[in-house]
Amino acid sequence: MNWFDANFLPWLIPLPPLIAFALIVLVLGRSRVLTHITAVGSAVISWFLSFAVVLRAFQVAELGKYSVGIFGSNVNDIFGISTGWLSNGGQSNAITGALNMGVAVDPLTAIMLFMVPLVIMLIIVFSIGYMYHDPRNARFFAYLCLFAAGMLTLVVADNLLMLFVGWEVMGLCSYLLIGFFYDAAPKSQVDRVAPFQAATKAFLTTRLADVIMMLGIAYLWASTGTLNFRDILFSQAALEQLASTPALGGFLGLSAAGFIGICLIIGTVGKSAQFPLHTWLPDAMKGPTPVSAMIHAAAMVSAGVYMIIRMYPVLAAGGNVHEGVLTAPMVFMAVIGSFTALFAATIAIAQNDIKKVLAYSTISQLGFMVAALGIGAYIPAFFHLITHAFFKGLLFLASGSVIHGMEHGHHVAHGHADHGHEAHAEHGHAEEHGHAAPAHAEHGHAEHGHGAHGHGSHAPTQWEHVFPDFNEGDFDPQDMRNMGGLIRTMPVTAVTFIIGGLALAGAPIITAGFWSKDEILAEAWYMMGKTPVGLLVLVSLALAATLTAIYTFRQIAMTFLGTPRTEAALYAQHYNKARGDGFAERSISITLTAPLIVLAVFALLFGFVGVNPSFPIVGPLMSSLGIEKPFVNYVKYSLLEIPEIPAFNLLPVLLSFAIFGVGVFAGWSLYVRRPVILGQADPVEGIVGKDTYRILQNKYYIDEFYARFFIQPFQWAAARYSEVVDRGLIDSVLHFVARTAGRIGDVVKEFNRVVIDGVGDGIPEAIGDAAKALRPLQTGRVQQYLLFALVAAIVVAVNLIIIAAVPQIIPVAALVQGGIVVLIVFLLGSGSASQPTGGSGNRPASEGDVQATSGD
Amino acid sequence: MTLDLLTLITFLPMIGAGVVVVLPRKQKNLARYTALGFSLVVLVLTIYLLSQFLGGTCPPGNVPEAMQKAAAGGPFGFTCQHVAEFFPQLNAKWHVGIDGLSMSLVLLSAILTPLAILISFEVTDRVHEHMALFLFLEMGVIGLFISLDLLIFFIFWEIGLVPMYFLINYWGGKDRQYASTKFFIYTMAGSLGLLLSIQLIGVVAGTFDIPTLLATFPKGLNGAGQALSLPFAGDLNLIKGLMFLAFFFAFAVKVPIWPFHTWLPDAHTEAPTAGSMLLAGILLKLGAYGFVRFVVPLFPAEAQTFAPVLAFLAVAGIILGGLAAWGMNDFKRLVAYSSVNHMGFVVLGVAAFASVYNNIFTQAIANAADREIVLRSVSMATNGAILQMFTHGLSSAGMFLLVGALYHKAHTRDLTQFGGLFNLAPFYGGLLIFTSMASLGLPGMAGFVSEFQVIAGTWWIFPAYVAAAMVGLFLTGAYILKGIRAVLYGPTNDVWRGHHLEIEFREVLALTPLLVLILITGLWPNWIVQVINQTVTRLFGS
Amino acid sequence: MLLTAILVVPIAAALFMLVVLRDEQKTEVRLTAAFSAATCLVLSGLVYIEMNQPANLAAAATRAAQGLSYFVQQINIPWVPSLGISYHVGVDGVSAPMVLLTGLAALGGVLISWKIDDRPREFMAFFLLLVAGVYGVFVSLDTFLLFFWYEFAIFPMYFLIAGWGWKAIREYAAMKLTLYILVGSFFALIGLLVMYFVAGNFFAENPQNLAILRQALNNPTAPAYSFDFTHFEVAARWQTVGGGVGPFDLAGGGVSVARFWFPFVFIGFGVLAGMFPFHNWSPDGHVAAPTAVSMIHAGVLMKLGAYAALRLGVQLMPEGAKVHLPWIIILTTINVVYGAFIAYRQRDFKYVIGFSSVSHMGLVMMGIATMDAYGLTGAGLQMFSHGVMTALFFSCVGMVYDQAHTRDIPSLGGFGKKMPFVAFAFIVGGLVSMGMPGLSGFIAEFPIFMGLWAGPVFAQGAAAPLGLATQFFPTYNYYPIIAIISVLGIILTAGYVLRVVQLVFFGEFNEKRFPGITDVTVIDKTALVLLGVWLVVLGVYPQIMTGMLQSGMQPILTALKGG
Repeated sequence: MNWFDANFLPWLIPLPPLIAFALIVLVLGRSRVLTHITAVGSAVISWFLSFAVVLRAFQVAELGKYSVGIFGSNVNDIFGISTGWLSNGGQSNAITGALNMGVAVDPLTAIMLFMVPLVIMLIIVFSIGYMYHDPRNARFFAYLCLFAAGMLTLVVADNLLMLFVGWEVMGLCSYLLIGFFYDAAPKSQVDRVAPFQAATKAFLTTRLADVIMMLGIAYLWASTGTLNFRDILFSQAALEQLASTPALGGFLGLSAAGFIGICLIIGTVGKSAQFPLHTWLPDAMKGPTPVSAMIHAAAMVSAGVYMIIRMYPVLAAGGNVHEGVLTAPMVFMAVIGSFTALFAATIAIAQNDIKKVLAYSTISQLGFMVAALGIGAYIPAFFHLITHAFFKGLLFLASGSVIHGMEHGHHVAHGHADHGHEAHAEHGHAEEHGHAAPAHAEHGHAEHGHGAHGHGSHAPTQWEHVFPDFNEGDFDPQDMRNMGGLIRTMPVTAVTFIIGGLALAGAPIITAGFWSKDEILAEAWYMMGKTPVGLLVLVSLALAATLTAIYTFRQIAMTFLGTPRTEAALYAQHYNKARGDGFAERSISITLTAPLIVLAVFALLFGFVGVNPSFPIVGPLMSSLGIEKPFVNYVKYSLLEIPEIPAFNLLPVLLSFAIFGVGVFAGWSLYVRRPVILGQADPVEGIVGKDTYRILQNKYYIDEFYARFFIQPFQWAAARYSEVVDRGLIDSVLHFVARTAGRIGDVVKEFNRVVIDGVGDGIPEAIGDAAKALRPLQTGRVQQYLLFALVAAIVVAVNLIIIAAVPQIIPVAALVQGGIVVLIVFLLGSGSASQPTGGSGNRPASEGDVQATSGD
Repeated sequence: MTLDLLTLITFLPMIGAGVVVVLPRKQKNLARYTALGFSLVVLVLTIYLLSQFLGGTCPPGNVPEAMQKAAAGGPFGFTCQHVAEFFPQLNAKWHVGIDGLSMSLVLLSAILTPLAILISFEVTDRVHEHMALFLFLEMGVIGLFISLDLLIFFIFWEIGLVPMYFLINYWGGKDRQYASTKFFIYTMAGSLGLLLSIQLIGVVAGTFDIPTLLATFPKGLNGAGQALSLPFAGDLNLIKGLMFLAFFFAFAVKVPIWPFHTWLPDAHTEAPTAGSMLLAGILLKLGAYGFVRFVVPLFPAEAQTFAPVLAFLAVAGIILGGLAAWGMNDFKRLVAYSSVNHMGFVVLGVAAFASVYNNIFTQAIANAADREIVLRSVSMATNGAILQMFTHGLSSAGMFLLVGALYHKAHTRDLTQFGGLFNLAPFYGGLLIFTSMASLGLPGMAGFVSEFQVIAGTWWIFPAYVAAAMVGLFLTGAYILKGIRAVLYGPTNDVWRGHHLEIEFREVLALTPLLVLILITGLWPNWIVQVINQTVTRLFGS
Repeated sequence: MLLTAILVVPIAAALFMLVVLRDEQKTEVRLTAAFSAATCLVLSGLVYIEMNQPANLAAAATRAAQGLSYFVQQINIPWVPSLGISYHVGVDGVSAPMVLLTGLAALGGVLISWKIDDRPREFMAFFLLLVAGVYGVFVSLDTFLLFFWYEFAIFPMYFLIAGWGWKAIREYAAMKLTLYILVGSFFALIGLLVMYFVAGNFFAENPQNLAILRQALNNPTAPAYSFDFTHFEVAARWQTVGGGVGPFDLAGGGVSVARFWFPFVFIGFGVLAGMFPFHNWSPDGHVAAPTAVSMIHAGVLMKLGAYAALRLGVQLMPEGAKVHLPWIIILTTINVVYGAFIAYRQRDFKYVIGFSSVSHMGLVMMGIATMDAYGLTGAGLQMFSHGVMTALFFSCVGMVYDQAHTRDIPSLGGFGKKMPFVAFAFIVGGLVSMGMPGLSGFIAEFPIFMGLWAGPVFAQGAAAPLGLATQFFPTYNYYPIIAIISVLGIILTAGYVLRVVQLVFFGEFNEKRFPGITDVTVIDKTALVLLGVWLVVLGVYPQIMTGMLQSGMQPILTALKGG
C-alpha cells in the first residue's frame, strides 16, 4: 500500500506521540534532552502528517459531499479506510454488527486536523521551558504525548467507538496530569484541594458522564448495528428509523434518537464541563499550566463539543430546525448551554486566581457552543470551537508564562544572590508545586532544601518597607492580586495575553473571537422568531458575553496594568541579563514566548475565514481577496443535508458591538481607572454586595452540595456494606447452617449413646456379668465362648427338629425364640447394676476422658 | 490408543507434579524450575493446539459413528476430539474435545499457570508440594475445559478444589483455616445438586456424552433419541426445573454470583499471591463456563424463564461488588471484591444469552420482527461474556500479583498505612496504574472491549439492568482510583522511607506477559474474539 | 486349588507359630506372618487375575445365562454326604475382589503390627486365623461351610481385641462385638436351616423336581437335602429352571419362606455389616481393637456381613428381597447420614473413623437395596473401596496414636510436619471417603446413587407380610428421595474429614506435649503404599474391577428380575 496515500495517512497521525510516549517511558526517560527531542519531534511529525492530509483535503472540492453512486452512498468522497476489529455473528457486518476501526477525513476532521496538532505542538514546545526544572519532567512529557495521541485518535476516528477510545485515554491522561504533583499537600487554607484529589474528582466526574455516554453508544449500536459515522449519519433510513422508534417502549416519551442523543450530550456535559458536571474543571487547575492549556484549549473539552457536533444529525433527527421544531436533545443542549454560559461567567468575575478565571471562562465559552448546537447553529458552534481553541490556548499559555515569571520574580526578590539560578527556579517551582520535602530527597535534588534555606535568611531589600511581607508558604504566584504592571517586565506575554483577551471578549472585526461569537448570536437572533428557545439562548448568551468582556478586562487590568502590587510582580520576568541569567533562562524564555506569538496570530486572523460577504465593509473586502466565508462552505458538506445559512442581518452585529462596548466600558471604569489595591475589596463586591460576592467566590457552593448529598452518602454506604450485608447477613446464614449441622450431630450422638447403646449394652453387660461369674480369672474367655457355642448349638438342634417335624409352625417358633432371647438379655441386663469396664466406648466425650483412658 | 494432544496437555502437568514431588528435598530451586518448565511445555503445546484450531487442522479424532450421529445438531462444534473407555458400565467415556469457548479458556489457564508458578518462587516452605499443587491445579482446570463427558467433567470440577484448598490452608494467611474450609465446603455443597442431576441425567439419558446430551436432552430425549423415562412418576418440567436449579446453584457459587459470593473475599485474602492469581484468573471461570456450556444449552426453557433473575443478580453483583470494593481498606479484599464486580458482567452477558437461546432453539426467533437486532445483540453479549472471562483472567491476575508484590515487601495490605509510594517505587507505581486501568476497563485495554460487548449486546434485551449496571461501572472507577490514590498518591508516608518496596525483576517478568496480552487484546481483540465468535456464531446458527 | 491354598496357608502358618516357634522368637514370628500374608496376597492376586480374564468372565456369563453354576476355581468334595454338606469353594465376580481385599488388609495388618511386642506369637497366630476365617467366608460355596468360617472368624477376633486392644474398653467391646455378631448369625442360621429343609422336602417329595435339579446342577447324584449354594440357587430360580412355584415361594403358614425369612437372613448378616440400629458394636470394636485388627475388622469383616447378606439373602430369596428391601433401604439411609453426623462430632480420632465406617457401610447396603445393576455394581465397588480406604485410615490413626498416645483430636495438631507420609496417606483416604472424584470412593458412590435414581427394576408396592410395602410406602418410586437425603452424608463427610485433617495434621505442632515424634518406618510406609495405590488406580481406571463385578452381579440381577 502507498503509505502516503491520503486514505492511509490519517492512520499514522496519532502514532508518533504514542511511540514517543512508549520511548520516553521505557528508554529515554533518564535523559532530559532526549525526552524533549522525542516529545517535540513526535509532535512535529504528526503535525507534518496532518498538514499533508489537510492540504489534500482542502484541495478536494466539496469534500464529503453526499453523492449517490452505484452502491448507494458514494464512499470515495472522503479520505480514510477501515478494517475489521471485532467480529461478531456469522454474516456480513451490517446484519451482525461486527465493528470496524478506521480513519476518515471529512471537513470536520480536516479542520480539527488543522487546529489540534498545531496547538499541541506549541503546547509541548512551551512545556519545555515551563517544566524545565521539574524533576519529573520526563514523566510529564510522556503523559503529554499520550494525551496528544489520544486527542489525535479521537479526531481521525471514523466511528464512535474509536472516538470513545481516544476520549477515555485523554481522561486518563488528564487524571495523571492534574495529579502530576501527586504528593503535594493542599496549597493553602483557602484552597483545600490537593492535586491528587482534584485528579480523582476530574476522572470520576467525567467517568460518571462517560458511562452514560456508553449507554448511548450501546443503544446506537444495538439499533443500527454499526458505529461508523458515515454509515449512520449519511443514511437517511437509519436516521429516520432512529427518530421514529420510541426508546424503550416510549420511555419518557423519547425517540430512540432522542435517548441516544441525550446520553451522548451527557457525555459532553461531563467532558466539556457543562453544568452540573462542571465542578472538576476549576480544580483541574492544580495541574501544571501547559496541562490546563491542553485540557481546555486543544484537547479534552473541545473533544466533548466536537463529539456532539459530529453526532449532530442524530441529535437533530426527527426535528426541523428551520421550522423551529427542535428535538428533545437540542432543547436539552440549548438550556444546558445557555445556562452554563451565563452561570460560569458570573463565577469568573469573582475569581482572583488567574487560571481559575480562565477555567470558568472556558466553561462559559463551551456553553456558547453547546447552546449554539441546541438551536441548530451547527457551523457557528464548530467555528467558535476552533477560534476558541486558539485564543484560549493562547490565554492559558500566556498565563503560564505570567506564573512562571511571577515565581521567578518572587524568587529573585526573596532569594540569595549567591545561589545558582538553577536552584532558584527549582525552588520557585517547588513553591508552585508545593512538593513535600521528601519528594525532593527522593528525586535527589538538594537544591530545594538549599533554596528554602536561602529563604530563611534573605537580606532585607529596599522594597521591604513598601510591600507587606508575605509568609513564604502562602505566596500564590497565580493570585492576580499579587500582580499588576507586568506589561513592563513581560511585554511579549502581556501583548499576546491582551490579544487573546480581546478575542475572548469578542473585540469587533480585529479578533477571531468576534466573528465566531457573532455567528452564534446571529443564528440565535434568527431562531428567536421561530422558537422561545432561540430567545432564551440569545438573551443569556448576550448577558454572558457582556460579563465575559468585563472579567476579561478585569483580568488584563489586574495582571498587566497599573503598578506592581508585590515585589514578585516587580521582578516578574523569565530572563534578565543584568541579573546574570544565562543561556538556559534565555532559551526558556524563548520557548515560553514563541508559542504565544504564533497563537496570537491565529487568534487575530483566523476569524476572517468566516466573514459573511454581506458584512459591511469587511465582507466586500474579503470577497475581493477571494475569501467567500470558506469555512462555512467547506464544513457544510460534512452533513447529509446542507444547513441553510440565515441571511445576513445587521441587528445581531450591532448587538455584538454593543456587548463589547458595555463590557469594555465596565471593565475599564471598574479596574483600569482605579487599579486594584492589594487587600482592598474588589469593586464588583461593592456592586453586587458582600454576600452575593462570597457566594460567587465559592462557586454557588455546588461542590459542598455534591459532597454533602452525593459523595458522602455513597461513601457511607460503601464503608458499611460488606460488614452489614456480606458478613452480617449472608455469612451469618451460612454459619447458622454450619452450627445447626453441629447441633444435630450432637443430638444424634446423644441418641446413639442413650437409646441405641442403652438397649445394645443390655446384652454385653448382662452376659458380661454372667461370664464374670463363671470364669476363672486368666483363661475364662475360652469357656465363655464355648458356653455361647453350646447355647447356639442347642438352639440350632431344637430348630432342626421343629423344622423337620412341623414346618407349619416355623414362623411362630422363630418369633417365640427371638422373643425368648431378647427377654433373657433384658432380664440379665436389668439384673446387673454394674457398668462394663470402661463404659460405652464412644462415651469419652471430654478430653479428660480420652486422656485418662488412653494411657497405654 | 494413540496419544492424543488434548489428553497430553491435560496430564502432562500431573506428571510434572509427580516428578516435582519426588525431587530431592534439598533442591528447592530444582523443584521450582522443573515445575516452571513443565508448565511452559504445556503452554507451548497449547499454543500449538491454538494454531491447529485456528488453521482448522485439528485431527478428526476417533469418535464412533453412532456418537457422531447422536450428537448431530448440537449447539457447539467440537474439534480435536478423542474418545476412550472410562467406565463402560455407566457408559461414561474419556471424551475430550475443544471449541472456541474451551480453547480460549484452556489458553488462559496455560498462560496463567507458569506466571503463578514464577510468582510462587517466593514461597520457601515445602516448595515441592507447593509447586506440585499448582501443576495439579492446572491439570484440573484444563481437564475440565476440554472434557466432553459429564462424569469426567464432574471429576475435574471437584478435583480443582483440592489443590486450591491446600494452597490456602497451608500457605495462606492467618485466617486460612476458616477461609479454606469455607471455600471447600461451600463449593462442594454447591455441587451436590450438580452431582445428583448428573446422576439423574446419566440414568434417564443413558449417556454422559456432552455433545449427545446437548443435542438431545433439551428435546426431552435420551442418547438414543427416545423420550426420557423419569422418576417421581416423572413430570418432565418439574424435574428439569429442579435439575436446572441444581446446575445453577453449583455454578453460581463458583462464579460467584451475588449473593453466593461471600467465600470469595475470604479465600482471596488468605490465599498466597499465586493462589489468588489462579483463583481469580481461572477458577472463577469454571462457573461461568458451566453456565455457557451447560446451564443454558441443556435447559433452554428454564433458562429463559430464569434469565431476568439472573440478570438481576448479575447487576446486584456488579453494583454491590463495586460498592464493597470501594469500602475496603484491605487492598487485597478490594481487588477480591472487584472480581465480584467484574464477573457480574459475565453473568449479565450469560443472562442475555439465556433469555434468547430458547427462542432460537424453538425457532421462535426465525420469524421475529427484530430478528436481526436480537441476534446480533445476543451474539455480541455472549462473545462479550466469554471474552470478559478471558480479560478478567488477565487483569485480575495482574492486580493480585501487584497486591501480593507489595504485601510481600511491606507485610501489610492496609491501605491507610500507605501513601505517596510513587516516589519510593516508581516502576511499581507505573505498573500498578497500568494494571488498575486495565481492570477499570479503560478503552484501549482488554477489559473495555469485553465490557462494551456485554453492555452493547445486553442493552436490547435488558435495558433497565444495563442502565443499572452503569452505576457499577462508575463504582469501578471509584474503587480503582481509591486503590491508586491510597498506595501511590498523597504525601509520602515516612514509615516506608528506606524500605525496599520497588517491584522485583521476577515479578516484572511474570507481569509483563499479562500486560502485553491486555494491550494486544485491547487494541486488536479479534485475535481471540474470532476464536470465540466462531463458536458463538454456531450457537446462534446465524 | 488356589482357593484351598489361600485357606491352608494362614492356618498352617498360625499352627506353625503356636506349635514350633517360641515366644522369644519374635522376629521369626513376624517374618513367618509376613511371609504367609504375602503369599496369601499373591494367591489372592492370582485368583483375581484369573477371574478377571475376559474369557472367564464371558464363560461365567454364558453359564449363568444357561442357569449353570458359573463360579470359577471350583472344588467340590463331599464332607458330610448324609446332610449334604460338602467342601465346596469357588469365586465369582463378587467374591474375587473381596478375596483380593482380604489379602491386602492381611498383609497391611501384619506390617502395621510389626512393632507389637506383647506376645506377638499369639497375636500373629490369631490374626492369621482371623484372616483364614474371612477368606473362608468369601470362597465358600457351601452355606454350611460358609457359616463354619463365619463363626471361625469370630473367636480370634474376640481374643485379639480382648487381649491386645485398648485397655479402657477392650473386654466390653470384644464382648459386645461377639454377641451382636453371634445373635445376628443365629437368626440368619435359622433362616438358612428353614431353607435347607424346605428345599430338601421340595425335592425329596417330588422326584421330577429332583431330576430337574440334578440336570440343572449337571450332577446326576445330587442329593435332595443339601447345603450347597448352587443347590439353593437352583431352587431360588425354580420358576425359570423348572417352571411353577419354587420351594422358597411356597406359602408355608400363610407366607412364603422367602418373604418371611428374608429379613432374618439379611439383617442377621447385616448386623455384621453395621446396619442401623445394630451398628453400635462396630465403633467400639474398631476403637478397642489394635490397629491391625481394626483394619481387618472394618476393612474386611464388615464386608463379610454385606457379602453374606447379598449371597444368601438377596440371591436366594429374591421374592423376599423385593418385598423387604424397600423398607430396609431406609435403615441404610439412616446409616449413611447418622454415622456421618456422629463422626462429625467426635473428639476421638479413632471414633471418627469408626463411625465413618458405619456411614460408608450404609452405602454398601443401600447399593444392594437398590436391586439395580448400577446399584449392585456400586455396592461391590464400595465394598472394596471402603475396605482399602478404612484400612488405610486405621493404619494412619494407629501410626499417630503409637507416638502421640492420645487420640483426642483437639489436643493433636501439626503432625503433618512430623510424619508427612502419614498425612498424605490420610488425606488421600479422606478424599476417597468424601467421594472426591478421581478416586475410588467416587467411582463407587456414583453408581450407587445412579441406582437410586434408576430405582428398583420392578413395580413397587408388591403385597408383603404385614402389608408393609402397600400401607406404609408410597406406590411410586421414592428411591430418588433417599438419594437426595443421603447425599447429605457426602458433605458431612467432607466436613469431618477436613476437620480431622486440619486439627490433626495441620496447624501448630506442640513440641512440649509430643517430644520426639519421628516419621514412620519403611515398613509402615510400605503398608500405606500397598493400600493407598488401589484407591487411586481404581479411581482413575475403574475397568480393572467393574467388568468383573458386573459379571458377578448379573445372576443376582436376573434372579431379581426373574420373579
